[in-house]
Amino acid sequence: MPELDMKKRTINFSEAIREGLDQAMEKDARVILIGEGVPDPKAIFNTTAGLLDKYGKRRVFDMPLAENGMTGICIGAALGGMRPVMVHQRIDFAILAMDQLINNAAKWHYMFDGKATVPLVVRMIVGRGWGQGPQHSQSLQAMFAQIPGLKVIMPTTPRDAKGMLISAIEDENPVLFIEHRWLHPIKGTVPEDYYQIPLDQAEILHTGTDITIAAFSYMAYEALSAAKALASMGISVEVLNMRSVRPLDIDSVLDSVRKTGRLIVADTASRAGSIAGELISQVVENAFDALKACPVRIASPDHPAPTSQYMTEKYYPGPNTVADAVVKLIGADINPIDYANLLATLRSDRPHDVPNNKYSGPF
Amino acid sequence: MQQMQPARLFKSMLRIRRIEEALADRYAEQEMRCPMHLCIGQEAIAVGVCAALHPTDRVFSNHRAHGHYLAKGGNLNAMLAELYGRATGCCGGRGGSMHLIDLDVGFMGSTPIVGGTVPLAVGSAWASSLKQSDQVTVVFFGDGCFEEGVVHESLNFAALHKLPVLFVCENNDFSVYTRRNERQPDRPIYRLAEAHGMAAFSGNGNDVEEVLNISSEAIDNARLGRGPQFIEFRTYRWREHCGPNFDDDLNYRSTQEIESGMGDCPIASHAAELTLKDASFSRDIEKYEDEIRQEIAAAFEFALSSKKPTSEDACGKVYA
Repeated sequence: MPELDMKKRTINFSEAIREGLDQAMEKDARVILIGEGVPDPKAIFNTTAGLLDKYGKRRVFDMPLAENGMTGICIGAALGGMRPVMVHQRIDFAILAMDQLINNAAKWHYMFDGKATVPLVVRMIVGRGWGQGPQHSQSLQAMFAQIPGLKVIMPTTPRDAKGMLISAIEDENPVLFIEHRWLHPIKGTVPEDYYQIPLDQAEILHTGTDITIAAFSYMAYEALSAAKALASMGISVEVLNMRSVRPLDIDSVLDSVRKTGRLIVADTASRAGSIAGELISQVVENAFDALKACPVRIASPDHPAPTSQYMTEKYYPGPNTVADAVVKLIGADINPIDYANLLATLRSDRPHDVPNNKYSGPF
Repeated sequence: MQQMQPARLFKSMLRIRRIEEALADRYAEQEMRCPMHLCIGQEAIAVGVCAALHPTDRVFSNHRAHGHYLAKGGNLNAMLAELYGRATGCCGGRGGSMHLIDLDVGFMGSTPIVGGTVPLAVGSAWASSLKQSDQVTVVFFGDGCFEEGVVHESLNFAALHKLPVLFVCENNDFSVYTRRNERQPDRPIYRLAEAHGMAAFSGNGNDVEEVLNISSEAIDNARLGRGPQFIEFRTYRWREHCGPNFDDDLNYRSTQEIESGMGDCPIASHAAELTLKDASFSRDIEKYEDEIRQEIAAAFEFALSSKKPTSEDACGKVYA
C-alpha cells in the first residue's frame, strides 16, 4: 500500500466515514446528505456528527419515513445535478426502496442510452448482535448485487471506509455502500487527506501460500484472526478483503487460488444464493484445474437471525469457524493439542453478541 | 402568464393526434415491436400544460408519453426511430415507446412503472430549489397513481419543502381496463392532494384553453416559491389501454360510452371555437394537415432508413 507519504493516524470506522463525508461536502457543494436520523443527536452512530452545523439545513437533512419516495426524490435530485448521499440506519429499511433502486436508479443510464446518469450513494447499515433480530440484521448484498447498473460495495477497514466513500460520491453511478455495524468501532490507520480507493479492487490483508480466504466485510477481520493464529501452526493463509460485491474482483481471487489451490469464501450473509456462491462458481469456471480441493462457503444458516442471545450463539461464523474450515480443507497432520490450544486462543472472552467488551447497548 | 396563440395550441394537438393515428395504422406491420400506449383523446392536457412552461422547465412522464414528449418539443424523428428500435432512437433502441427522453427540451424521461417518476420530478424540483434556479418541474400521471404509496410520499415531501413542482393527474377513469370506482372510494383526487398541503385545482382536460389557464396559474405559483401545485384534469381515453385499436369488443365499457367520449373531442371543439371566431380558420386547418402529413412521412422515412443496433450494442452503457 502506498502509505509512505501518508500520516499514520488511527481513527475508527465511524470517524473515517464522518471525515470522508465532511471532506466530500467541503470539496463539492453538490453533495447533500439525507436520511432518517442524519441530523439527530445520535448522528447515525456518529458518522454524521457536526455536519448539520457545518453545512446547514439546505444540505444536511432528516427525512420523512418514506424510503421508496425519498430514494426516487434523491434520484431526481441526482438527475437535476446534485450528488445525494442517502443513509439507512438498517439495510432492512432499504428493501422498501427496491422499486426505485432497481427500476430507476439502476436502469436510468442504460435505458436512456447513456444520456443521463444517477450519481447517488446509499449507505446501508447491517446490524448484528444485541438482539437485532430478524428485521434488523439482514446481510442482503447478494440481492442488490444481482442488479446490473448498481454498484455494491462493502468497505472493511477504516481506510476503506473513507477512501471508498469518497470514490462512491465521485462515481457517476448509483453505489450502495453497505456497512457492517460491528465495523464501526474498529480502529485503523486513515490518511488525513482526501483520497480515493477504487470500488473494484480487493486487497490482500494477509499473505499466504496454503489456502485462500476471500472474505467480505466483517468476515475479513474474523478470517484475519484465524490466519494469524494458524500461522503459529505452520499453516499459511492468504486473506483477501474483497471490498466490493458488484463488481466482484474475480481476478485477485483467481491469482491467489492459482497460488494456493484452495479456496474458502467467508460471507456475512446466509448461505443460499449468496455472493459466496457466485464467487465460487466463477472460480470453478475459470480455475478448476488449479483447485486441489472443493471450495468451501462460510456463511450464516438459512434461517432468519433470531433475537434471543441464547439462539444466536451459533448463528454467526467466527474465527473458530474459519480455522476449523481451514484445517479440514488442508487435511494436514495436526497435533490435536496444538489445535485445541489454537482454538482456545481464538475463543473470545467477550459475550458472543457484542463487538467488544465496552459495548453495553442499546445499539 | 405566458400566452400561446390559440392556433398554435390547435396545431400542436392536431399534430399529436395525426402522429399517433399514423402509429396506429402502421403498428400491424409488426415492425414497431414494443408496447405502445396512445393518448388519442387526451391531447389537450399535454399541449395546454406544456404551453405554459419555459423551454428550460422539466417534464417527467409515464408509459402514455407520446403527447407529453411532443408537446414539450421532443424530436419526432428520434421518437419514431425509438419505436422502431433503431440506433437513432432517443434511447438508441433501449427504451421503445415507454421510455422517451429528450434532454435538449427538458423532457427528462418517461417510464411505465405507475407512480415511479413522481418522486423523480420532486427530486428534480428539489435540485432546482437548492440551486436557486427558477425552473419548474412537471410530472404527468394517471388516476391509478393515487393508489401507489410513492405518490403520497412524494406529495408529502414536496409540500414539506415547498418545492417548485406541478403534479398533473390525467384522470381518464381507467387503470388498464379497471374503472376507478373499483379501485378508489368516491372522492375527488385533487382534494387528497390539497390535504397534503398544497394548492390544488381541477378542470376539464378536454378544453385546451382551460388547461392552459389553470396550468399557467399553477406554474406561476410554483415559480414564485408558493410551493407544489396539483391539477386534476378529467379526460377520456379513446383507444385500448395498450395497442393501436379501439376496444369495443372487450365489453368493459359500452359502445355508447366510447361514442360519447369521442363526442367530447378536444381538437374538434377547439377547431369549432376558432372557426366561429374566424371563418377562414378552416383553410388554416387544411394547411396544418398538409404540413403535418409531410412531417410525419419524413419522420417514418428517417426511422425506417436508420441504422439497426445489434446484439453487440446491447451490453454497453450499463455503467457511466
